[in-house]
Amino acid sequence: MNTSMLFLVVAILIAIAYVVGRSRAATLRKNETPMHSLPRYYGYLTAICTALPAFAILIIWSIAEPAILKSSTISSLPSGIQSLPEGELDLVLNDIKNLATGGISQSADDSIRQAAATHYGETQGLSRLLKSIIVILAGLAGLLYGFKKIHSNTRARVGVERAIMIALIACSCIAIFTTLGIVLSVLFESLRFFNKVPFTEFAFGLHWSPQTSIRADQVGSSGSFGAVPIFAGTLLISAIAMLVAVPFGLMSAIYLAEYASSTVRAWAKPLLEILAGIPTVVYGFFAALTVAPLIRNVGESIGLDVASESALAAGLVMGIMIIPFVSSLSDDVITAVPQAMRDGSLGLGATKSETIKKVVIPAALPGIVGGILLAVSRAIGETMIVVMAAGLAANLTINPLEAVTTVTVQIVTLLTGDQAFDSPKTLAAFALGLMLFVTTLILNVIALHTVRKYREQYD
Amino acid sequence: MNNDSLESTSEAIPPETTMVSDTTEKVRKSLGRRYAREKRFKLFGVIAITASLSFLAVLIISITIRGLPAFKQTFLNLDVTLDADTLDLGENPDQDALRKANYNGAIKNSLLELFPDVKKRKEKKALYKFVSNGGQYDLQAKVMADPTLIGQTINVWLPVGDDASGYLRGHIDTSVPEKKRRFKNNQITWIEELRADNKVQTKFNRTFFSRGDSREPEMAGIKGSLFGSILTLMVTLVLSFPIAVATAIYLEEFAPKNRWTDIIEVNINNLAAVPSIVFGLLGLAIFINFFNLPRSAPIVGGLVLSLMTLPTIIISARAALKSVPPSIRDAALGLGASNLQVVFHHVLPLAMPGILTGTIIGMAQALGETAPLLMIGMVAFIVDVPNALTDPATVLPVQIFQWADLPEKGFVEKTSAAIMVLLGVLIAMNAIAVLLRRKFERKW
Repeated sequence: MNTSMLFLVVAILIAIAYVVGRSRAATLRKNETPMHSLPRYYGYLTAICTALPAFAILIIWSIAEPAILKSSTISSLPSGIQSLPEGELDLVLNDIKNLATGGISQSADDSIRQAAATHYGETQGLSRLLKSIIVILAGLAGLLYGFKKIHSNTRARVGVERAIMIALIACSCIAIFTTLGIVLSVLFESLRFFNKVPFTEFAFGLHWSPQTSIRADQVGSSGSFGAVPIFAGTLLISAIAMLVAVPFGLMSAIYLAEYASSTVRAWAKPLLEILAGIPTVVYGFFAALTVAPLIRNVGESIGLDVASESALAAGLVMGIMIIPFVSSLSDDVITAVPQAMRDGSLGLGATKSETIKKVVIPAALPGIVGGILLAVSRAIGETMIVVMAAGLAANLTINPLEAVTTVTVQIVTLLTGDQAFDSPKTLAAFALGLMLFVTTLILNVIALHTVRKYREQYD
Repeated sequence: MNNDSLESTSEAIPPETTMVSDTTEKVRKSLGRRYAREKRFKLFGVIAITASLSFLAVLIISITIRGLPAFKQTFLNLDVTLDADTLDLGENPDQDALRKANYNGAIKNSLLELFPDVKKRKEKKALYKFVSNGGQYDLQAKVMADPTLIGQTINVWLPVGDDASGYLRGHIDTSVPEKKRRFKNNQITWIEELRADNKVQTKFNRTFFSRGDSREPEMAGIKGSLFGSILTLMVTLVLSFPIAVATAIYLEEFAPKNRWTDIIEVNINNLAAVPSIVFGLLGLAIFINFFNLPRSAPIVGGLVLSLMTLPTIIISARAALKSVPPSIRDAALGLGASNLQVVFHHVLPLAMPGILTGTIIGMAQALGETAPLLMIGMVAFIVDVPNALTDPATVLPVQIFQWADLPEKGFVEKTSAAIMVLLGVLIAMNAIAVLLRRKFERKW
């Protein structure tokens, strides 16, 4: 029985448990036994009693199975192969697995491996059979236990509600596990990278060329991992993006919040939201195919030498992408400024724009700054636009007409395609990922803190 | 008397004005400047908003212009003689032999029949390019469905090759010297002849919606990536919706105010702002390298995307739960409902429209996401339409990314057309969310 089939059987068992439990409780109630809860709660309780042991065993078995299979297969191999180093042993095991599943193997005629593959197949079959039997038995036992529990002394609803509560708490902890998962996965690989490449070289080196060769004696065999040009490129493109996004976004927000009639607002806001909802890959396509050639042609016509993957094109389009982000965040903040402050200023004879500039904006400033910081973190982490429209070569320059590369571009190029997982080249991507995560995390924490402080001020 | 008083008042004005004038005069003088500044400021606002919206317009219009031709496909009418010799078929061929038969040869022969003058090798080669490589698969499908066609001459419409269809659509500039052109002069004469014979026709491009990826632009379709997207989104929805709602309920209705819940809250807000590519790194390191899940599979994509959309849905679900007034809770509690019954029987149904709106927006975000999926290997060239959660698959945005890199003119069209499909779906999803919000929004 394969896993999905087993799943189905257990699900049916759970459904049966619910029906049986409920009808049992209903009969008891009809016979005027005083029951604590409604019949369906007894049904739920029986179902939970069935599901818990069955799924617990299923999960534990599925996790333990590969390890047990591996050790059993290894012990069936002759000692000559058993004493191979870790990596080669893994290759042999993979080969055996391929043989067992009927896939293509390089050593189909090797009798030892054939024997091992048969052994592997048999053990796996046995394990699957045992798993199915035990899981179903556990489910049945749970059902029986639950059924026995249906009497007037059981507070079924309390038990069910406790179970639901635990499930709710478990779900809310997933956010923490996600963060933890991110930190651990990025951190471990980065530490392995910094074992091979010193941190000082990574953080202060001025030369980035991650191409390492396969043979040690090849020319340029040692890649160099100085990340400064990448950080500079990221900052350059983000700066261009913010130069576009902040004035346009902020002015749009001010206009929408202070001047626009309600009809204009009702139309313009959803349209801006569309701009925010366009996938970044579309912006990337637009940048690479429309904006970059346009900038190059304009540059050529006035005698400037523009790279075809200029930082300017990527930055401009990224800025357009971030406009709605800045505008909706600032819009929220501006509308939260109390009307009394505006009225006071207008009553003293200030014009509307003076009120906005001298009263509303200073009052909203912390919130606006928070929003802009969030936008910066967004620009730094933006991937598709730069992958499609920015360059690959790590130039250390502040000229927006040249091609630069960014952290995200490097992560994508280093990790797409097949690579040995422990080469410094792949690990470098995780080190860059760590930098990206830490930078955006700091920006986000500061920004969210400022915005929250600001909200509290006027609530 | 009357005149007198008038005179006296008019005489009285000058000293008064001189008295206030110091400030008033200053104010009056500066008024012009201040009003001009006011106008200018307002104008900046108008400019900002129109500029932002015109960016949107330019983007959509430029993509539509590029993409529209891809919904049309050019076909060439041919009389193909399917005799067994050309097809390399023996007596009584089985299905396998029919699949492997040389349909290309039959197509080439029928092209040569149309132009008997073409003799040179090079010219023949140029002529063969008129029919797309995919044409043979159309013939193959026809013959395999009805093997009695062998030996007959059938009249079929076959898709035109990339260069020829480019010419027919006017993408090829004939003023460029022949040597620099992909479509040569003799090819132009031939295709014009065919056009004059009414043998060339443009129809709705069904290939685009019914095939997977291909190396030939005229045979490439989005069906594979569309199905990949659907499978991935299904996983995302199934995982993220219940978990997000449960989290929101716990945090909003039950969580005590302590350090632990504070940590959870800060975490959720931060995750909402973590760059999506970092989630891809997480997926690569944990799901693929640690749990050994298959690369390029919708299940891994769905897992990564659900972690990514969780914060979005949680935040909107919490807002929806918060907007349900406490009186509802008090009333239910007063009637003897337990805390959980209050939430699940009363608060949650009332908050559902808001939660669904947030979910749709989260799903739309997941549908448009590309970067994390690149990390978990969904960039492979995959022709087949995925059927299961562990099949190798790609998704629509990644398909767009892949096509965008290809130099053929046909792929630029395909990319734009795929973008139009993606944007269409996204706008529809957002419109549903907005309608849902309008319809069920309640002011308490």
